[in-house]
Amino acid sequence: MIPELQAGGLQLAYDQRIVVDDLDVKVPPGRITAIVGANACGKSTLLRALARLLSPRKGAVELDGRALHSIPTRELARRLGILPQGPTAPEGLTVLDLVTRGRSPHQTWWRQWSKADEMAVHDALAATGIADLAGRAVDELSGGQRQRAWIAMAVAQGTPVLLLDEPTTYLDLAHQIDVLDLIHDLNRNEGRTIVMVLHDLNQACRYADHVIAMKGGRIVAEGDPADVITAENVAEVFDLRCQVTTDPVSGTPLVIPMGRHHTS
Amino acid sequence: MLLTLLVALLVLVCLLSLALGAVAIPLGQVVGALTGDPVPSNVENIVWSVRGPRTAIGLTTGVAIGLGGTLMQALTRNPLADPGLLGVSAGASFGIVVSIVAFGIGTLYGFIWFALLGAAAASVVVFVLGRMGRSGLTPVKLALAGIAVTAFLGSVTSAMVLMDVEALDRYRFWSAGSLAGLNGDVAVQILPFVVIGAVLALASAPALNSLALGDDVATSLGRNLALVRTQGVVAIMLLTGAAVAAIGPVVFIGLVVPHVARALAQAAGLGPDHRWLLPLSALIAPALLLVADIAGRLIAKPTEVQAGVLIAFLGGPFFIMLVRRRKLAEV
Amino acid sequence: MATKTLSPKSGAHFRLALPPLSGQLRPRLITVCTALASATFLAVAWAVSMGDFPITFTEALKAVVGIGDPGTLLIVQELRLPRAVVGVLVGFAFGLSGAIFQTMTRNALASPDMIGFTQGAGTAVVAGIVFGWTSTVSTQVLGLLGTFVMAALVYVLAWRRGTTGYRIILVGIGLQWMATSATDYLVARGMQFQAHAALGWLTGNLNGRDWSQALPLALTMAVLVPAALALGRLTRTLQLGDDVAIGLGTRVQFVRLALLVTGVGLVAFGTAAGGPIAFVALAAPQIAQRLAGTAWPPPLAAGLTGALFVVGSDLAAARLFPMELPVGIVTGVLGAPILLWLLIRANRAGSGG
Repeated sequence: MIPELQAGGLQLAYDQRIVVDDLDVKVPPGRITAIVGANACGKSTLLRALARLLSPRKGAVELDGRALHSIPTRELARRLGILPQGPTAPEGLTVLDLVTRGRSPHQTWWRQWSKADEMAVHDALAATGIADLAGRAVDELSGGQRQRAWIAMAVAQGTPVLLLDEPTTYLDLAHQIDVLDLIHDLNRNEGRTIVMVLHDLNQACRYADHVIAMKGGRIVAEGDPADVITAENVAEVFDLRCQVTTDPVSGTPLVIPMGRHHTS
Repeated sequence: MLLTLLVALLVLVCLLSLALGAVAIPLGQVVGALTGDPVPSNVENIVWSVRGPRTAIGLTTGVAIGLGGTLMQALTRNPLADPGLLGVSAGASFGIVVSIVAFGIGTLYGFIWFALLGAAAASVVVFVLGRMGRSGLTPVKLALAGIAVTAFLGSVTSAMVLMDVEALDRYRFWSAGSLAGLNGDVAVQILPFVVIGAVLALASAPALNSLALGDDVATSLGRNLALVRTQGVVAIMLLTGAAVAAIGPVVFIGLVVPHVARALAQAAGLGPDHRWLLPLSALIAPALLLVADIAGRLIAKPTEVQAGVLIAFLGGPFFIMLVRRRKLAEV
Repeated sequence: MATKTLSPKSGAHFRLALPPLSGQLRPRLITVCTALASATFLAVAWAVSMGDFPITFTEALKAVVGIGDPGTLLIVQELRLPRAVVGVLVGFAFGLSGAIFQTMTRNALASPDMIGFTQGAGTAVVAGIVFGWTSTVSTQVLGLLGTFVMAALVYVLAWRRGTTGYRIILVGIGLQWMATSATDYLVARGMQFQAHAALGWLTGNLNGRDWSQALPLALTMAVLVPAALALGRLTRTLQLGDDVAIGLGTRVQFVRLALLVTGVGLVAFGTAAGGPIAFVALAAPQIAQRLAGTAWPPPLAAGLTGALFVVGSDLAAARLFPMELPVGIVTGVLGAPILLWLLIRANRAGSGG
């Protein structure tokens, strides 16, 4: 069954500050969705709400028609995974240990290493290409390797829905593409629904099937990248003049910012 | 603007410290006594010989503890660190108890040197131990080394005072932390240490800003990490060693004040810049110390409550309020 | 039928078909625990047989189970054994409690004596001594009350739409300083003999401990130790941070409250029985972590380290020094160099270096 994740009438706030108000969103099942927008537009807040890390002030997030808060958290953790921004592991924790911990929603006190656990961990390590780093300490790895170890943990969790908050931050370009290719594989090979917050519009266009553009806590536009990422929308969402052409490699929109020193 | 306000506040607190106590003196007469106008001789005596030195010591030690605390948190990149972690308080306590037990020294004027020596020796040991091992001086190692040395010295100190009732008697009054009964000589004794420490501290501000970004960034910005840390630890040792020796282990200010300074700096739009944080701390800490001292004189007349006790009871709730109100900036 | 897969460094996994049990074996951790338990047993046996009235090993062991002449039975069963048992229990409680708090807050410095719980007990007991309440209420009860009041204050004041480990530490430090200052004030205010008694209690002492101290502690630990070890599994996700833990289906607030209650219970009854023995709750988990080579303080090993640490220190306190010292002094004097040695020797990340 392909899970349906959606939210209606969401109001999200930190203390007294309302970040998102009266927002409706529906995540296309089985596809990759990218949430884009300027800093502080509420995109990470929305992702945190979709992952029940933040309880909505009003409205509700629903998975398959049930409100998230009514689903027992362990059961939810078997269906929906979240990788927050910049997680930290205890010093000296090995990659294998970290990835194994991704299996905890499937484990009980007496069954902590089932056949399914072993296979999921093995597959996650293989899929992220870090099988030979299994015995290394997470904090000794390079930034790209470390990020892949965390993604491997989320992959091992084995959830049909996977939410990722800026999975490419702090990575060099090659590692960014590595991680995005990996996410693409997870979607295409395993049919997982993916929602991620991304900064780079061109990467969002290339890797996402569905783009949600946010500004000031509201959704400005959403849909196919080719429809959403237009010069007008970018100007509205980012206050940035740009030209949009076609990516010669993928055929998706390619945003070329103009800045103050150039005119069309 | 913020600095001017704090300086004004500190001056006001100093005047109040001269005016208030068992006998209240009108502010006009205090100013008169300071400027040399004719005032009653008992007023002149209280201002110049009793409350004057006391205020001067509060001011000096306050500046020292404020700077020391901010330095300590910056160096360890740990918002929970206070100078006590470097073993300064434990070293000073140990020095004092040794001077009483082994040398029979009974006056503060005599044992302050032992306290200073103890504080210095303890912090050097902590620093050297923190540097040992392959990975060099890391914040966690420094903190753990400090705790280990503190526990060691604390145990030996307890053993000595448990065996020597006379030592216990002197030690327990010093240990509560008080400005009472100190004369001007103490201020003169500790002043050179505080001045040198303050210069070292303020000079390290730009380097501390780089250090806050992490070891690697700091190195790439051209900072010599070992040099910055050595300079910082020497400054902390001088500053807090002198303060603790004079007035007892009132290091809680060293923990609270940097947080207050950061909150104020942020409110004033200055950000976590140590070129601001250090001077701010150096103004806030003496004000807090003197307010606690004044309150201690008034709260239980005719006796006094030690400033160290009141600081904890003023600073503690304030600190908890800060923690609750906003996520304290992690250094 | 058991299948085994070996993986580098992290030990062996095992899976049994019947009973359907599976998990991970950490050979080094198991070795360390066995060695610590054996050493603790030897230390207890030594403590029971040595003294002004020496008894042979076998005689002592016989006396433990009730065989021997009345004199030996009295010395072993009423004097030496309860003291050793209190030492083991207090040490285990402190070590385990330290591991719980250090794991919960993800901070090596966050032991119960750094965040105020022990100081709460100290203030209550010293107030009892100075104000003369100790004639009606025992120090044990005062110590318990002090710890629980302090823990409740820390939790309530750190609560703001949930708690975080970070806020618990900071609030705890603030309260710890207030309690310490109050204690200092009371010690300075009291008479000399009261100050002496107060300082004696504050140091931590096993002298003259009998079954009336051992029994409540043993009963509490029979409940809390299994609870703590069971909660250990849930901390595996908590160590990755609150957000990740929630995402992995951990009820973070519930687990943190359960850990706090368990840890406070252990430290409260431990302190009531033996006083705030310095350094054990902080150092034992860190020593155990470095011995076992794990990335977190292992609960069982931490408890065993604490037990060995206290019993060994008490032995040393009674035998090594010309006069009998309170155990809390020896734990500080012996524990500090051990922690330092481990710290300096450590050369890989994860060993605190």
